[in-house]
Amino acid sequence: MVNTILTIAGALMLVAILLSLYRFLKGPTTADKVVAFDVMTVSSSAILVLLGYYSNRYIYLDVALVYGLLSFIGVIIVARYIEKGY
Amino acid sequence: MKIKTILIMSVILFIGWLIMNNSLQPGIVISGAILSVGISMIFCRYCRLINDVRLTPKALAYSFAYIFVFSWALIKANLDVASRVIRPSLPIKPGIVQVRTKLKSKIGRLILANSVTLTPGTLIVEYHDDLMFIHWIDVKSEDVEKASQEIIGQFEKYLEVMYG
Amino acid sequence: MACLVLSGSLLWPVILKKDIKMDVLAIIGAFITLIGSIFMVLGALGLVRMPDVFNRIQTGTKASTLGTILSLLGLALIVPSWSGKLISFILFVGLTNPVSSHVLARAAHHLKIPMSVSDRTVTDKLSEYYNNNPKEVEE
Repeated sequence: MVNTILTIAGALMLVAILLSLYRFLKGPTTADKVVAFDVMTVSSSAILVLLGYYSNRYIYLDVALVYGLLSFIGVIIVARYIEKGY
Repeated sequence: MKIKTILIMSVILFIGWLIMNNSLQPGIVISGAILSVGISMIFCRYCRLINDVRLTPKALAYSFAYIFVFSWALIKANLDVASRVIRPSLPIKPGIVQVRTKLKSKIGRLILANSVTLTPGTLIVEYHDDLMFIHWIDVKSEDVEKASQEIIGQFEKYLEVMYG
Repeated sequence: MACLVLSGSLLWPVILKKDIKMDVLAIIGAFITLIGSIFMVLGALGLVRMPDVFNRIQTGTKASTLGTILSLLGLALIVPSWSGKLISFILFVGLTNPVSSHVLARAAHHLKIPMSVSDRTVTDKLSEYYNNNPKEVEE
């Protein structure tokens, strides 16, 4: 029961990543691509936590946390670069 | 003033330590208490940001109520935006409006800006002193007073008591 | 502020020792996770459908933030012993995501990306403000 519902939820998260991948590939400006990147990384960190539940590893939560931190820093750096140029 | 800052910071650090460790063994609790007080005494002597936090019982009660007000606003706005996304006609009316806030303290403005941005439909683009420029997905009025009442009125009522 | 809720979360493993309660909680948590993933899909759909950058930031990052928060909350109900780290992750997402979307919107407005292709956009008070006070742009 629980595992079935969680599998459906994981599949929906994958659909979300695919939809934002479309925007990432197509997006007319840089800002669009960065937004799509942000959504992709947030969704995939949720998938990492789900994977940690499936394989019963506590350490995957740390991986997801660091992944989210890196995506945050990446978005800030790219936004600052396209705004000020350094 | 200084003691209050150190106290607030060490309580925050201590709770963070307990959550990360996820256990209540005496060794962990004692070492966490020593570490959090030490770190906040070294690094947070001049933290001006959390000087404005009030510790009266009324402020604490309001900050507890603020969590529920904010969660309710978050869920309501999310459902609203989700219904806009699903409809085929895409009923949006975007624009950047001007909003004037009554809050004076820095941390009050910080929490207000974060709450407004986390609520879907409104997004802070820029601010100058007490003027905030908010991208609104469904502009109901371009007037400064009406837009302020509509967007930040519900949060400001609580934050004014909490931080002034 | 959030401290009260957080300290309550520490007590989950102490309070809930009965197996039956755990089962019910696990099913509720699974449904919360499902709702969160539905929000994520809606956010990504908005990312595809919306006409300009600002609306994409609105629908994309916010809806996916709520989706992540809900799905992590559901997992915290399923596996109560993980709830501490999951709740710190929720706090982390809730603190960093508004900052990154605000910075992105600021950069997009600075680049003068047009707000919308159709005539839907109503007003742009920030550009008017910059036109009236030209010295603010310099900083």
